[in-house]
Amino acid sequence: MSQAEVKPPPPVVEMHDVSITFGAVRALDGVSLRLLPGEVHALMGENGAGKSTLIKALTGVYTIDAGRVRIDGVETQFATPAAAQRAGISTVYQEVNLVPNLTVAENMLLGRERHRFGRLGPIDRRDMNRRAAASLQSLGIDVDPGSELGSHPIAVQQLVAIARAVDTDARVLILDEPTSSLDADEVARLFDVMRRLREQGTAIVFVSHFLDQVFEIADRMTILRNGRVVGERLVAETTQLELVQLMIGRDLQVLERLDQAAHEATEEAAEQRLPVLSALGLGRKGSLEATDLTLYPGEVVGIAGLLGSGRTELARLLFGADAPDTGELTVKGSSGRRLRSPRHAIDRKLAFCSEDRKAEGVFEELSVADNMLLGLQASRGWLRPIPTATRSALVKEFMAALDVRPADSSLPMRSLSGGNQQKVLLARWLITEPDVLLLDEPTRGIDIGAKTQIQQLVADLAEKGMSVVFISAELEEVLRLSHRLVVLKDRRKIAERPNRGIDINDVLEIITGEPGGVAEKERADA
Amino acid sequence: MSTQVATAEAGFLARVSRFSPPRRYLPVLGTFALFIGMFGVGGIRYDGFADPQVFLTLLLDNGFLIVLAVGMTFVILTGGIDLSVGSNVALSTLIAARTLEVGWPVAAVIGVVLLSGTLLGTAMGLLIHYFDIQPFIATLAGMFLARGLCYLISVESIPIEDGTFKTIAFGSITLPGGYYLGWTAVFALAVVAVAAYVLSSTRFGRTVYALGGSESSALLMGLPVAATKVGVYAISGLCAALGGLLFALYTLSGYSLHAVGMELDAIAAVVIGGTLLTGGRGFVVGSLLGVLVLGTIQTFISFDGTLSSWWTRISIGVLVLVFVVAQRVLTRR
Amino acid sequence: MPEILRSGRAIGARMMAHRLFWPLAALGALLVVNLIATPTFFNVRIQDGHLFGSLVDIVRNGAPVLLVAIGMTLVIATRGIDLSVGAVAAIAGAVACVYIVESPADGAAGAAVIAVSMALAVCVALGLWNGFLVAVVGIQPIIATLVLMVAGRGIAMLVTGGQITTVNNDAFAALASGHLLTLPVAALIALGVFAATQIVVRRTALGLLIESVGINPEASRLAGVRSRTIIWTVYVFAALCAGTAGLIIAANTHSVNANSLGLWIELDAILAVVIGGTSLAGGRFSLTGTLVGAMLIATLTRTIPNIGIPAEANYLFKALVVVIVCLLQSPKARAVLQRRREPVPTSRGEVVA
Repeated sequence: MSQAEVKPPPPVVEMHDVSITFGAVRALDGVSLRLLPGEVHALMGENGAGKSTLIKALTGVYTIDAGRVRIDGVETQFATPAAAQRAGISTVYQEVNLVPNLTVAENMLLGRERHRFGRLGPIDRRDMNRRAAASLQSLGIDVDPGSELGSHPIAVQQLVAIARAVDTDARVLILDEPTSSLDADEVARLFDVMRRLREQGTAIVFVSHFLDQVFEIADRMTILRNGRVVGERLVAETTQLELVQLMIGRDLQVLERLDQAAHEATEEAAEQRLPVLSALGLGRKGSLEATDLTLYPGEVVGIAGLLGSGRTELARLLFGADAPDTGELTVKGSSGRRLRSPRHAIDRKLAFCSEDRKAEGVFEELSVADNMLLGLQASRGWLRPIPTATRSALVKEFMAALDVRPADSSLPMRSLSGGNQQKVLLARWLITEPDVLLLDEPTRGIDIGAKTQIQQLVADLAEKGMSVVFISAELEEVLRLSHRLVVLKDRRKIAERPNRGIDINDVLEIITGEPGGVAEKERADA
Repeated sequence: MSTQVATAEAGFLARVSRFSPPRRYLPVLGTFALFIGMFGVGGIRYDGFADPQVFLTLLLDNGFLIVLAVGMTFVILTGGIDLSVGSNVALSTLIAARTLEVGWPVAAVIGVVLLSGTLLGTAMGLLIHYFDIQPFIATLAGMFLARGLCYLISVESIPIEDGTFKTIAFGSITLPGGYYLGWTAVFALAVVAVAAYVLSSTRFGRTVYALGGSESSALLMGLPVAATKVGVYAISGLCAALGGLLFALYTLSGYSLHAVGMELDAIAAVVIGGTLLTGGRGFVVGSLLGVLVLGTIQTFISFDGTLSSWWTRISIGVLVLVFVVAQRVLTRR
Repeated sequence: MPEILRSGRAIGARMMAHRLFWPLAALGALLVVNLIATPTFFNVRIQDGHLFGSLVDIVRNGAPVLLVAIGMTLVIATRGIDLSVGAVAAIAGAVACVYIVESPADGAAGAAVIAVSMALAVCVALGLWNGFLVAVVGIQPIIATLVLMVAGRGIAMLVTGGQITTVNNDAFAALASGHLLTLPVAALIALGVFAATQIVVRRTALGLLIESVGINPEASRLAGVRSRTIIWTVYVFAALCAGTAGLIIAANTHSVNANSLGLWIELDAILAVVIGGTSLAGGRFSLTGTLVGAMLIATLTRTIPNIGIPAEANYLFKALVVVIVCLLQSPKARAVLQRRREPVPTSRGEVVA
């Protein structure tokens, strides 16, 4: 939409310098966004970049701490999602936000239903089904409007959610990862609908982690990182490579070159030994295609891939947190059976730090010491408490070794910063003396000091013979730490190679399929 | 000709055999089959059990419970629970008995009873929605409150002597064949009909289901969550007051120890009627059938004579278990 | 002076922030009310080597609720609830009394011992049943225990044959009315169970694992906690506590009435737990808080007739206590109260149409 450049129409939504803080975390930090009528505007960013928060700030789910929102030039703040809807802003959230136990038609039209015999009469179901059928048909969705929504697959439910949003004659349509559960045909159909709406002048916000889709449908994009806007670009003038660089950020100061020689030495030694863990065709429907992975003692395997590439899913399958549908997993030469549960995995000396610290790692109300010792205690069972002397010795040792601050192990976990919480979680697993450590984004959202400490720790552990699977959205980090690199894309392993003479541009090239050198040169020129 | 008939017949048969009701009706159909089955077995085993009058008396004896179960269905459909209804019934009988005693006109008596019950329900709904107090605790407080108010009004049982009340209590409709149906039973059935209409065909009713399906989704869909959530407790309070009036008519007295534990019977009836305790799925007709099943168990035991009364409770418990486990299996799928 | 004032105020603020402040304040207030109504309320005398007095009575009469509440605390800490405790108490009482009545030497201490052991064994089975429904079948606790709540009294009646079974066994009666070292046995049992639970929970890892399951079930799973075992343990324990309470109640009346024994005790117990500051949402629990809560309820029950209000009105006061305590604990209600106190600046957040 380069004609927009010639004579830009007045923006329908303007967010200026918007900030939102949750407790100590600044989720949005002075973010500005403008949406023009008749454009598809992509919102790009990694996990935790602030995309969802921004959307919820616009639609009245969250209250804004600072900044202004203008709709058609008028300063507004929506108190509820309903208020935003009345103002013509419709949202389809990532997880289907409809009600599974009502019919498709009710889900589309509830709140805007018509009655028979005047307002007090019964809801006119026939009219409801007719209207729903008409609008579903116009989107090319073949569903019986009278059927229960929950009886359809998620992809259909997602399309119904979109149909509901479209049907409200929205001037702004927000689609938060609408394509993650759709197949190629369904995506094409959705894009047709989006194009038609764009022609009618609707402003569409499109969030997706599928880069190809963004480049196919979007006109403009705003890129977020760590709650800040790091760029607003026209899609036509941007390469995928440039976009990914903006999304994951390149902290050039921290980028020290790694000690290649040392890596190669350990790697060669590793080849001689038996693998500590090997997965053969490990996969799960809807989360990861069958994947092979072998891990040798003392080796760090880095997993590179964007959000949604299957990097988290791989770690969860290795740990038994999700049950795999296919494949075999051998741990230290034991039987080729899959791990049924985390308990099972822990007994085989595996450990897993989840990317979602808050929901899947931390016990906020328990003390730091309890959080640290929980893993070991869980293995021992409740009847065999860790002796007090051992307890305090272990806690003291790991508080010091990982430099947890404040150095008071009796504080509740919630009073610690993200970085220190992460150290405590690492300590929880190190206390269990695992052979394999699965780390999913261990450094996300933590300060630079704690980050380097954790990176150093991983290197030291590997030196001592522990095997580590290291997942991170930051490619520098992955490259600096790993001996071997596995690249995932679209829930598939697309490359695996020793980390020898590879730089970030090579990895980006693998992921985007575009030559990296060019973009790099352009940057230098600019 | 004959072949045509045969094929038409075959087609019909095929359609019948192919017909499978939508999943959501399965629990209600199960309850219905259970009820019919129990009546059938009763009819075979005991003389006079199959007499339609037994069924009509069942409706009369359980009218108040039917109304309570209707209110409870609204609450449970949203995923909540209301423990206060038993106490609310007792309070209603006492208010009615006392106000009649001091000579209030019948219309005013009914008005004040319905108002107080609805107010109690609304207050609990407000606590639940605006202060995030769990339904279990808020309605537990309501239960204590109503029981306490009963004792304030009277510790002793108060008889109801009012003429109008007595006329209604003993009044009945004569059906063809010499059978009769008590007015209170007719009234209870009317409540069921109104509730079924509200739940199936009004925006309020559909929002009740939406709340039970997913409260956060309902909010994001822009539905009136607050009004609906408070509304179901108000309705449950209103139904409890109505149930209280029917109970007062049934016993012609007001007493603070009336209806102790009746909330459990109401909850059990709703569960046996196929409503999911987690909310979002169920029908008032199911609750009606649930009450009838409970009533039939009692009729069974009274007809048998050798079975002891405690088998009622045990069999209710077993039925609740069967329905809960079956629902768990169905929803896990 | 201002220094002292300020530090005094700071101490006051810290005391008020303590989660047992309000329950303890309420308990203290009730005791003062009693003292005003009956100046001899705190008097304790020794007669025949037994302690007597209103305070002793409160502890003794509060013993069953305290026992049930101790078990309930652990169940609630795992995000569960056990509605069946009243029915379990009735079954325990029924089993014990029926055994004693039917045993050849129905007055012998041996019969009482066997009866009590049998009753508790039945409770273990009932607890295992609840735990099975919750941990294995995966039914919500409130629904799973509703089954036994509904059916349990029927089972108890089945055991007693629907009769009010009366026993004449001194050893059994001593559970409620006996004295040991001048103190009533019932109170000693309850306080003993309280102390033992406190020790087991804090000295073993049980307390930690219970809290971890209640605070964050998913993180517990990923940390390798055997949640199923923990959940099973707490339901069995809750049933044992309920059974013990049922035995004390039965011993107190020398009889068991399956219909009324322990009726609504689950509600009093849940109330005691909530008053004691353990959240119904699970997680951190406080057995000491539960002790305070149970004593508060027992004192309330005692206070009302003592100050001349008919005993039946204690329901009203209970309702009041539930609402006030829950409002004080509700984050939303607190937010509303604070907003009243310090008006929010209106510079932002205004809706401009």
